[in-house]
Amino acid sequence: MTQTSPLLRMEHISKAFPGVIALVYAHLSVNPGEVHALVGQNGAGKSTLIKILTGAYRRDSGTILFDGRTVDFQSPQQAQNNGISTIYQEINLVPFRSVAENVFMAREPRRWGFIDWRKMRTETATLLERLSVSIDVTQPLMNYNIAIQQMVAIARAISFESKLVVMDEPTSSLNEREVETLFTIIRQLKADGVSVIFVGHRLDELYAICDRVTIMRDGRTVDVCEMKGLPKVELVAKMLGKELSEVRQHGQTSFTVGQHHVEQNVLLEARELRRGRVLQGASVDVHAGEIVGLAGLLGSGRSEVARAVFGADPVEDGEVRVEGKRAHFHSPADAIHAGIGFCPEDRKMDGIIPYLSVRENLTLAALPTLARNGIVSREKQQEIVDQFIRRLDIKTAGPEQKIRELSGGNQQKVLLARWLCLNPRLLILDEPTRGIDVGAKAEIQALIEELAERGLGVLMISSELEELLEGSDRVVVLRDGRTVASLEREEISLNAVMAAMAHGNGNDHLETAKKEEEVQHGEA
Amino acid sequence: MAKLDPATAPVARRFVLPERLRNVGQSYSGLAALLLIILYDILFRPHFLQVQSLYNDLQEVAPIAIIATGMTLVIATGGIDLSVGSLMAFAGALAPIIFLSPLLSNNPLLGNTLALIIPLLATSLLGLFNGFLITRFRIQPIIATLVLFIAGRGLALVLSNDKLQDFHNPSFQFIGQGAVLGIPFQVILMLIIVAVFAVIVRITTFGRYVLATGGNEAAARLAGIPVNRVKLAVYTISAMLAALAGFVIISINSSSDATRVGLNGELDAIAAVAVGGTPLTGGQANVTGTLIGALIIYLIGATLISQNVSFGVAQMIKAAIILLAVYLQRQRKG
Amino acid sequence: MADISTMKASRSSRLASGWTRSKSILQRQGALIALIVLVLFGALRYDNFFSTYNFLTVISYNTTFGLIALGMTFVILTGGIDLSVGSLAALCSVVAALASPYGLLAAIGAAALAGLIVGLFNGWIIAWLRIPPFLATLAMLLAARGMALVLAKDATVSVNATPDWAALSQGILYGIPLPVFLILVYAIGSFVLNFTRFGRHVLAVGGDEEAARLMGLPVERIKLGVYAISGVLAGLAGVLLAGQTFTGSPNEGVGWELTAIAAVVVGGTLLTGGMGSVWGSLAGALLLGLVFNILNFENGFGFISLGVSWQSVIRGAFLLIVVLLQSRLVRTKKVR
Repeated sequence: MTQTSPLLRMEHISKAFPGVIALVYAHLSVNPGEVHALVGQNGAGKSTLIKILTGAYRRDSGTILFDGRTVDFQSPQQAQNNGISTIYQEINLVPFRSVAENVFMAREPRRWGFIDWRKMRTETATLLERLSVSIDVTQPLMNYNIAIQQMVAIARAISFESKLVVMDEPTSSLNEREVETLFTIIRQLKADGVSVIFVGHRLDELYAICDRVTIMRDGRTVDVCEMKGLPKVELVAKMLGKELSEVRQHGQTSFTVGQHHVEQNVLLEARELRRGRVLQGASVDVHAGEIVGLAGLLGSGRSEVARAVFGADPVEDGEVRVEGKRAHFHSPADAIHAGIGFCPEDRKMDGIIPYLSVRENLTLAALPTLARNGIVSREKQQEIVDQFIRRLDIKTAGPEQKIRELSGGNQQKVLLARWLCLNPRLLILDEPTRGIDVGAKAEIQALIEELAERGLGVLMISSELEELLEGSDRVVVLRDGRTVASLEREEISLNAVMAAMAHGNGNDHLETAKKEEEVQHGEA
Repeated sequence: MAKLDPATAPVARRFVLPERLRNVGQSYSGLAALLLIILYDILFRPHFLQVQSLYNDLQEVAPIAIIATGMTLVIATGGIDLSVGSLMAFAGALAPIIFLSPLLSNNPLLGNTLALIIPLLATSLLGLFNGFLITRFRIQPIIATLVLFIAGRGLALVLSNDKLQDFHNPSFQFIGQGAVLGIPFQVILMLIIVAVFAVIVRITTFGRYVLATGGNEAAARLAGIPVNRVKLAVYTISAMLAALAGFVIISINSSSDATRVGLNGELDAIAAVAVGGTPLTGGQANVTGTLIGALIIYLIGATLISQNVSFGVAQMIKAAIILLAVYLQRQRKG
Repeated sequence: MADISTMKASRSSRLASGWTRSKSILQRQGALIALIVLVLFGALRYDNFFSTYNFLTVISYNTTFGLIALGMTFVILTGGIDLSVGSLAALCSVVAALASPYGLLAAIGAAALAGLIVGLFNGWIIAWLRIPPFLATLAMLLAARGMALVLAKDATVSVNATPDWAALSQGILYGIPLPVFLILVYAIGSFVLNFTRFGRHVLAVGGDEEAARLMGLPVERIKLGVYAISGVLAGLAGVLLAGQTFTGSPNEGVGWELTAIAAVVVGGTLLTGGMGSVWGSLAGALLLGLVFNILNFENGFGFISLGVSWQSVIRGAFLLIVVLLQSRLVRTKKVR
């Protein structure tokens, strides 16, 4: 353990947005020359914390000490000028401009007031040499693949003589070899005394490159550990907020455990779906009357599977069968026609039409069935809307209220009703109870169960493990875009799921965990 | 993330206006402005209330209101159509060519019918072309419609051989010069079109699809809405209405001057839409509001001129009003 | 551990870059290549292609246009558009005529100043009030013409002709032939684009505005700058306009912006901004002018008879072809 004082110390950082508390006394501490992982699930607060550090957001309270001084950055440029650089997931450079220009954008070297191209070129080449990259720096950035573009972003960071480089999901678009190259560079940075904050979720990578890890959950910093000696399963447990030895408690959700009648006929068979790096052989089956939970860490490809099955995104390989017949969904309309409904993860971006009314949103997918000769039958619409408002207990001032004015839970109910009024055979739900108050949550969970009782097949994605564990007849676990486990009812347990997330094979999880600990201790 | 649910308490009951009234309400400020202008005109503009003068005013507004209706739909899907002015010139150049052609001189009925149908179809194809560029090639609407903005008027000039076409064809010109029960035909046409599309937007599947596409295209796609077909349709409709407006103008003037028909039409249409309360970002379509907007803009110009304000100053004021309307629009939507 | 000593661009990306490079060369210098081809064609085919008269006609038409196209290039490079340039040129021709009693220099100064003010106003409402460039400059088109009418009292303004003005109408500006003047201005423009921070930032803003902002570029000020440049150049064009006919007329300049846009786009600048060439716009302007010049010759021959009206169609067709070709390239530009 080094005794040097930390390079960065963020303490008691709190931040609230209207209606949402993002951070509660979060803290983060990074030593000089350290590669520090920052992990957490969706909504844990890590991106908010980073944005506060780099000056994109202002914090409500807390202190930030950097390089011995108290700092309060007002903008990302200010942070950059003071030694903190950020490499964004989307690169955020200008693709049309040359490599050299991107590295020196806004600080182009000048001679007698005019741009000194030669100096820009040679200095850029030198910077890239330090990263063992040797390319033609006069070429437009877009001529190079994403791995090299990232190197350019890093070169830019270095040119600012940053002491701290924040890397936000840097490996998401890289292949294995490119990841190795990146890691070599990170080690070089480390050797030069530069610290790196590595925001990521691929466990294998984190273990390969990071020294310590800060785990966040629900806006708080939950733990700070050395990577060495921390078993993967324990890391996952901390991220999810579970104890390893936690006994499965019944009744944490409104799902009644083990009560569903699962029928024999298979509604959906998705096999070996592939697309780029995001889907690498994902498979899932759903039977009528069955609730299948799709589990996985952030970035494991769950939403991508859902969208691919629904025809919203194309797949490069793999097949989908509905009731045994091969299905080719070119668009959501095809899937809807086949009796599938889909509630997307992000209500605001993909779900609601904000300025339209509850009635409009609810009946949107059903409009063709409610219309005769192209004219929508208002009575039929009203009937359905009233029916579902009552049945789902949707709290609204009236069917004409604009949906954006409803609470999250009620919006979700409207979206659910959108599909229910079509009497689908299969319902795909991506985080159906996210951002919803306890009461509405229970209602929705009970509703899902009732639907399954009636023979509807449900594919449910949820980051809340209780929901998955208690509600599912079967749990399919995804890891890095691939199905790694399919747990039948008896096998469903918190440990099994977490082990699958951590290692990739859920069934002999204890064996693997033990083996892994040995390896880790062996390395010390 | 610990979330505060903004509405754990039950939503308070309150009276919500049905959409139709809400639309008009949204432009109540527009309506109020219109009434103010009318009041001013009654007081200060000589002969304003005389039937002939009223009809003159309405006749001038009609073509603009017609294309502005189409523009409302296009803007509602989140797009824009810069080609309407040129398409007006195109249709206005094509029609006389047909009914003046020696082939059809013996059969005026056929001639006039074809002179209505063929330009309508041709212009619609051009509108389809716009839609195609936008949906298939994913070119931004501004750029895609810029092509016909530039070339459309040229096509009209080519067709008419750069020549002004004079004609006297009372049957065809009924569109612009005829009257039914004393009301000029194009005013009736305008009212019918506004009414039809207001109804279409409100109660047809297509109309709701238009709003959904502009309101949240990703969500609309996921709900199974054929977004591309909707877009193709609105650009085609916009073109068709431009053709009709072109017919009206050449009928009024008894001549087709391809360099003048529909000049600045797109700006007038967009301005009418903006002043009428439809957000330029899409998702809403206030067809009646657009009519009010067209009236406001026209009346302001007419009032200024009647008060002996020079044309130049009137143009400047019109430009300022348009900028103001667009600016306020953006404030409201944000 | 993988062994990486030097990381070169992988083979496939080198191939890709080769293809992209030749594509972009074609795109950038395509206009120049076509121009050369057409000049050769014209020289071989028509007897008096290189006659002084033809030259003067082509040149004076093109200098005015060339100035406008240069301004439009800068604006389009930031991803914007300026539809007011035609009316602005007309307005500034009136201003120049009104100032002409004080000499040509005063006229130039006044016109440039007027153009600058209008350009700054455009830039302000676009960059700070966030009104879409198309709408803002379209409204300004109306306003500028209105202003021109007001200043000219609904008529035209005669230029107080001095020897300087007379020379101007013959294509000489204070001893410099107009073509030379144009090339000089373009050289300055090209220099600014390629050798000043402002120029590079213009390209960056057009390439990816969000990224540019994140990298610390003063995006609003850059936008203000390009509209100001467009305004000043329109002002100068107005002086030339007044010089051609010895009158400042509020009715001139109709449709100029469209030709300018076509010239810029044909010259290889992306209509969505971020990539382009100043000299390419000159080539594009000359090319378009030459196409019409050749069409006139052909008309004379009687082989074909294409009227003036074909101009817009041809411009539109050029625009369409280029836009379709560019739509592939634009895919790499992020649309947020």
